[in-house]
Amino acid sequence: MAAAQPELGSPGRQALRMFLRNRAAVFGLVLLSGIVLMTLFGSFFYDQDPTRIIARPLQGPGEDGAPAFGTDYLGRDVLAGVVNGGSTSLTVALVAVFLVVVIGVTIGALAGYYGGWIDTLLMRFTEVFQVLPALLFAMVIVALFEPSTRTVAIAIGLASWPGTARLTRAEFLRLKNLEFVKAARAVGASDFRIIWRVIFPNALPPLIVSITLIMGAAILFESGLAFLGLGDPNAQSWGQMIGLNRQTFLNGWWTVTFPGLAIFSTVLSFSLIGDGLQDAFNPKLRGR
Amino acid sequence: MKQIAARIAWSVGLILAVIVMCFSLVHLAPGDAALVIAGDSGAGDPELIEQIREDLGLDDPYLVQLSRYVGDVASGDFGTSYRFNEPVTSLIGDRIWPTILLVTTALLFAIVIGVLVGVFTARRPESPVSHGVTVFSLVGYSMPVFWTGYLLIIGFASNVRWFPVAGMRDVRFEGNRFEEWLDIAHHLVLPALTLGLIYLAQYSRLSRASMLEVLQSDYVRTARAKGLAERKVVYKHALRNAVIPVITIAGLQFGALLSGALLVETVFNWPGLGRLAADSVFQRDAPVLLGVLICSAVLVVVINILTDVVYRMIDPRIRVGGSS
Repeated sequence: MAAAQPELGSPGRQALRMFLRNRAAVFGLVLLSGIVLMTLFGSFFYDQDPTRIIARPLQGPGEDGAPAFGTDYLGRDVLAGVVNGGSTSLTVALVAVFLVVVIGVTIGALAGYYGGWIDTLLMRFTEVFQVLPALLFAMVIVALFEPSTRTVAIAIGLASWPGTARLTRAEFLRLKNLEFVKAARAVGASDFRIIWRVIFPNALPPLIVSITLIMGAAILFESGLAFLGLGDPNAQSWGQMIGLNRQTFLNGWWTVTFPGLAIFSTVLSFSLIGDGLQDAFNPKLRGR
Repeated sequence: MKQIAARIAWSVGLILAVIVMCFSLVHLAPGDAALVIAGDSGAGDPELIEQIREDLGLDDPYLVQLSRYVGDVASGDFGTSYRFNEPVTSLIGDRIWPTILLVTTALLFAIVIGVLVGVFTARRPESPVSHGVTVFSLVGYSMPVFWTGYLLIIGFASNVRWFPVAGMRDVRFEGNRFEEWLDIAHHLVLPALTLGLIYLAQYSRLSRASMLEVLQSDYVRTARAKGLAERKVVYKHALRNAVIPVITIAGLQFGALLSGALLVETVFNWPGLGRLAADSVFQRDAPVLLGVLICSAVLVVVINILTDVVYRMIDPRIRVGGSS
């Protein structure tokens, strides 16, 4: 495959134009903005305490006196939970993805750039993390240390970085022998400069796509842990709502359906954006 | 063959590294195993705590404990569960088969149906079904697996009672061996479907993409040019190559599949490894958690090697390249 040569005009701007022409991707962006706005400001508009018992338990939507999304097994407002539950998931996902990027990109960049024994050592290290089922690994970390939001974010980060490391490494392997890198080396740029200022910016497009998708995966991951009951019991989240209503959901479909819909929409928005970015950066692969 | 042998040798080292890392993690964690074992009633008794510490060698230096654990694991002994007071090996032995049954059923379902859908849509790239696959793959990927499980239960086990809500067998079950298997299969449908759907979504899209690529390749054009029936071109020449990426990804994703099984087992009360781990988490039952982690890693490694073997069987280029 030929190296990606920038066509006429700035490649970033071209990609942006491609992205904005993609209806699904724009829908994803709008959806995500809506969810973020709901998480940030929703409680101003729907001013209900999600932890307070407001009505009879398991009242369905549309029943007399029930809130829009019904009440849960304790009689708490499900809609209030959905409005307020996003902040934990989104915060955890952001911190976890930050960790994934820091660890994954550093290890992948060093392995790909230096090659040889450094590459072997780092990739074998990566493999150790890769054979452990991520959710199980994170679950054990959270259980053994303390069940706080911080531990959950760290655990997800620690369990999710190998993919990013491999991707970064592959990109560095591809790029490091290209002309512009040789040119930088010829004018005497340091290794540090070549890695971070010369190669890294060129490795960004696939990394950005992958980070968008990892954001979605981290949200699924967080909701899975919260569903299992791992996480700060006082920090309400969508996954936790589903987990808590586990015993009674047959008497109230709304208690699991609406929080799940919130998780699904958030992850879907990231998937759509990621897909759109992929097409925008890589027009040849469109429609695959 | 030589490469497979090297893979196996390296895998043993890999598992050893996994054991060392997981053991160290447990060792680093705060909390006192002796207090956990003694339980609420025994925690106030310093003599009992001292006795437990001595029995388990908890006061030995880290390296001594580590080498003892590695030695024990190598001989198949994962210690004793704090909670069940039973050997971890037998707990895992009981629970591993339901997990393997669930995971392989889900995977086979996803691969077979996924490839069929992929082939079908690749031959009609502009059809609504083909666009549907793209939508389905994004939707399937974005659904939290436990949520899918509950939706399927609400749809097919609660409103219409086609399938049981939970468990692996009917407790009131009576009958012969065959009927017992049927009963398990009946319980397996929803969990396997739940777990398989995500992967079905991904594999349909993946196999469509690789099929599209293969159908445009030179050798397919040659096969068509020599007048071969289209059916034969697709199913004999193209399919084999289109399946390779699916097998590769399926092998790579096996760890994720086990993670998904953990959640599905919780939703459906399926008596597998994931359920065992999820139950042991709140008791901080470290030997069980360590055992399940290590066994899962072994499963992943074994599947990776098997994928490699299957891969070589399907793709003669790798096989020939490997032996020369």
